[in-house]
Amino acid sequence: MNSREITTQISKAADFLNLKKWDYGASFSNDYSVQVDKGEAKQLKASQKQILTLRVWNESNLVGITTTSDISESGIKNALNQANIASDFGNKNESTEFSPLAKDPIKVEELKKRNPAGIKKLLTLLREAEVKLLESHDSIKSVPYNGLSESFYERVYANSDGAFRSYTKSQAALYLYARAEEKDKKPRSSGSVKLGYGVDDIDIESCIKDASKKTISHLNYSSIKTDKYLICFSPESFLTIINAFSSMFNARSILDGVSLSNKTSIGEKLSTEALNVYDDGLHEKNISSSPFDGEGTPTKRLCLINKGRIENFLHSESTARIFKTIPTGHAGLGSKVSVSPDWIVVEKSKKNFDLKTSLDHSTYEGEFVYIEELNAIHAGVRASQGSFSLPFDGWLYKNGEKISIESATVAGDIKYLLKNIINIESNQEVTTSGISPHIWVDELSITGDA
Amino acid sequence: MLSSQIKSNEIEFGSCNKDLLEEIIFYGIGLGADFVEIFIENSDNASVLAEEDYITSVSPSFGRGAGIRIFKDKRDGFVSTNDLSKNGLMGSVSQAIEMLDITDKNNREVFNGLNKHKNYSLSKKTWINEVPSIHEISEKLLVSTKSLKKNNKIITRKGSYSRNLQEVIIASSDGTYASDIRLHQTVGLNVIASDAQYRSNGSRRFGSSGMPNEFRLWDHEKAANEVFESSMNMLYADYVEAGQMPVVLANKFGGVIFHEACGHLLETTQIERGTTPFENKLNEKIAHESVTAIDEGISEGSFGSLSVDDEGMEPEKSVLIKDGILKKFISDRAGELRTGHKRTGSGRRQNYSFAAASRMRNTYIAKGEYSKEDLINSINDGLYCKSMGGGSVGATGQFNFAVEEGYLIKNGKLTNPVKGATLIGEAKEVMPKISMCGNDLELAPGFCGSISGSVNVTVGQPHIKVDSITVGGR
Repeated sequence: MNSREITTQISKAADFLNLKKWDYGASFSNDYSVQVDKGEAKQLKASQKQILTLRVWNESNLVGITTTSDISESGIKNALNQANIASDFGNKNESTEFSPLAKDPIKVEELKKRNPAGIKKLLTLLREAEVKLLESHDSIKSVPYNGLSESFYERVYANSDGAFRSYTKSQAALYLYARAEEKDKKPRSSGSVKLGYGVDDIDIESCIKDASKKTISHLNYSSIKTDKYLICFSPESFLTIINAFSSMFNARSILDGVSLSNKTSIGEKLSTEALNVYDDGLHEKNISSSPFDGEGTPTKRLCLINKGRIENFLHSESTARIFKTIPTGHAGLGSKVSVSPDWIVVEKSKKNFDLKTSLDHSTYEGEFVYIEELNAIHAGVRASQGSFSLPFDGWLYKNGEKISIESATVAGDIKYLLKNIINIESNQEVTTSGISPHIWVDELSITGDA
Repeated sequence: MLSSQIKSNEIEFGSCNKDLLEEIIFYGIGLGADFVEIFIENSDNASVLAEEDYITSVSPSFGRGAGIRIFKDKRDGFVSTNDLSKNGLMGSVSQAIEMLDITDKNNREVFNGLNKHKNYSLSKKTWINEVPSIHEISEKLLVSTKSLKKNNKIITRKGSYSRNLQEVIIASSDGTYASDIRLHQTVGLNVIASDAQYRSNGSRRFGSSGMPNEFRLWDHEKAANEVFESSMNMLYADYVEAGQMPVVLANKFGGVIFHEACGHLLETTQIERGTTPFENKLNEKIAHESVTAIDEGISEGSFGSLSVDDEGMEPEKSVLIKDGILKKFISDRAGELRTGHKRTGSGRRQNYSFAAASRMRNTYIAKGEYSKEDLINSINDGLYCKSMGGGSVGATGQFNFAVEEGYLIKNGKLTNPVKGATLIGEAKEVMPKISMCGNDLELAPGFCGSISGSVNVTVGQPHIKVDSITVGGR
């Protein structure tokens, strides 16, 4: 069945069960991936997946939901029936409706869909990439984590009010994670990830070069003394922090009492006037962009921090209604609708007179810690408390030299961090999770074992 | 009922599928595969969330599909599909053969048909009718969240329940033919406490396998008291001062460090990748002589227990480390093929869309001879980690774990609560520093995410003392 036929099937089954109000989200995908080990194919993988999430409203306007991979006629009937049963337990405290924007026009860019390259081509390309990475430096002994994948998928949203929207897309990903070893030293690892709409769009050479450069750059390492340091966050690590604490901008989290913000936080000063932060799921560099969210609301660019102050929250249909605003296109589709950011863009605003512009990671000669990549986010972030304690890969810059830091953590508080931003470099860099320049923060605690 | 949901397809749960499965395996062998494995799954899951005094989410979900794995020499191709028809399954076999580019029709193994069906599900077919209904679950969760409302500093209260019922059929060209039903239930409570600028969290999770009645027996009052006390103890805690110090790790979930930092390095997938420092250390000392560590899948009701693994092998009790000496690795079929370590009944996967891999089950450090007080009394200046949060291990073996509830140890006594602590180290450096093991071994349920998805496990240990470890803080 195609997505139109599924919609018709659901409509018929709902009529049969006397369910007047329903909506659904569906995803259909074909994925292919390869891994190699020293030139040999290790695991080749293909999968065909379908997943259908159905919501129904009962006569008391309470919502029930069911998820199924069975899209046969009987599977759909069963799912509707189960959702109807679940609706008896629907949330009486907070109602859910269709998004008022579920029929608004959206822009679907079919041109970005690529044709499958096929497993054999994936394997050949990954084998070549592994060889090149191993040959790039004598110390690189293996590439223990690697993979090249391509995915082709269709996403659909439709409801009983006549809304129907879908798009098809492709995406490819390459990751190379190398391990370097030198005598009498601990092994060091680092890597690189590149995305594209198709395999031919991925800059494989740059992935190899980045993985090699990063891994080798950590070979000469040293412990760092536990102390407070001037910090420079790489674009990737700053985006990691912003995403980890995105509950500050999340209306769902605010209503649930797990955000550092509250309903009246719009306008609250968080940082220097030089800081602007947007969520921009439709950004041309966002390979994973989706034209609509789980409730069918069109995706759009939304300013989260404007000149250092909270400007907007991310909303689903129900949170928007409670906050007396409109949905922002950041909802999932669930029994309890989740809200999350798509793609963060960090910029320097025009009001940037208070910055210490002499701080530039490529020229500054004073002592500072450069945080290249933050790890173990799920373990080290207490989003509801605002605190973090995270291991990182990075360097200590001192007297014009840089030394890789062995096994250390950076700890602090997100509000302190944002308030103590002292420079936002001019050049933005594109990463897999968004765009940001390098960000400098005055003094955070670093724990090392020197 | 599970078996009523897929009658339109040729694979039928609860029926004999031997002829069809044999036909598909013969097809793969005929195309030149050395080995063919079919894993078919039907799942019936439900989750319920209570927040404050309301049920805010009820989510049933159903899944079905097949994962087909073909081996040729030491390579393998894996295809997953939702299509359980004969044509769908044969198509998946063809796709795997094509991916592996098999042109050599000579097989290393001969397929002589499937063995007698090992049906582990016979006594389990009634489970779906015995588990608590959504109504019953909702009622108990609401009572539980109400129990958390002990003072006005508690600003959020949550209770969550999830049930996973999985029916599987496993058949492979070595004759394996088994079916099973697995049931896992978990329930968790968590709170956020707040007072002026102070905030703290408290949480506990409980879980069982194969015990439909377990949720009814769960002591929600005791759990609520633990969660409340933990959040109150931590509400005004200061940040811990960073540095090197001795620590005592509590029993139960304290075992997560051994699981993450050492257990994963004893899986054959790590040998295949060349990412474990223990690869050539079999029968060598890798830990303090006080440490004996076990991985098994047989403790009744434990979250990581199973009647049969996802490759059709019954789980064994594996002594990984005996008195500090490395004795065994955790192995699956591919691990045995590629590293030579015998299978241990540890081939596990989240569901049909993942190929099985060597994964831990119930993994714990065995009990020692000391009391918890003996361990604490032996430290002048250190940290007691009563409750651990999550953690991770890097590609070169460094680990880090958040301490959810910690207390300073001064002159052999527990003193102030501290927050923000992270334990940082490397398994091969920390294992020799576990100098004392308590006599109070307990297990705790958890979910482990790795190469073959998220699987149910238990971690565990008695209280243990680590002589020195880096504690991250402020």
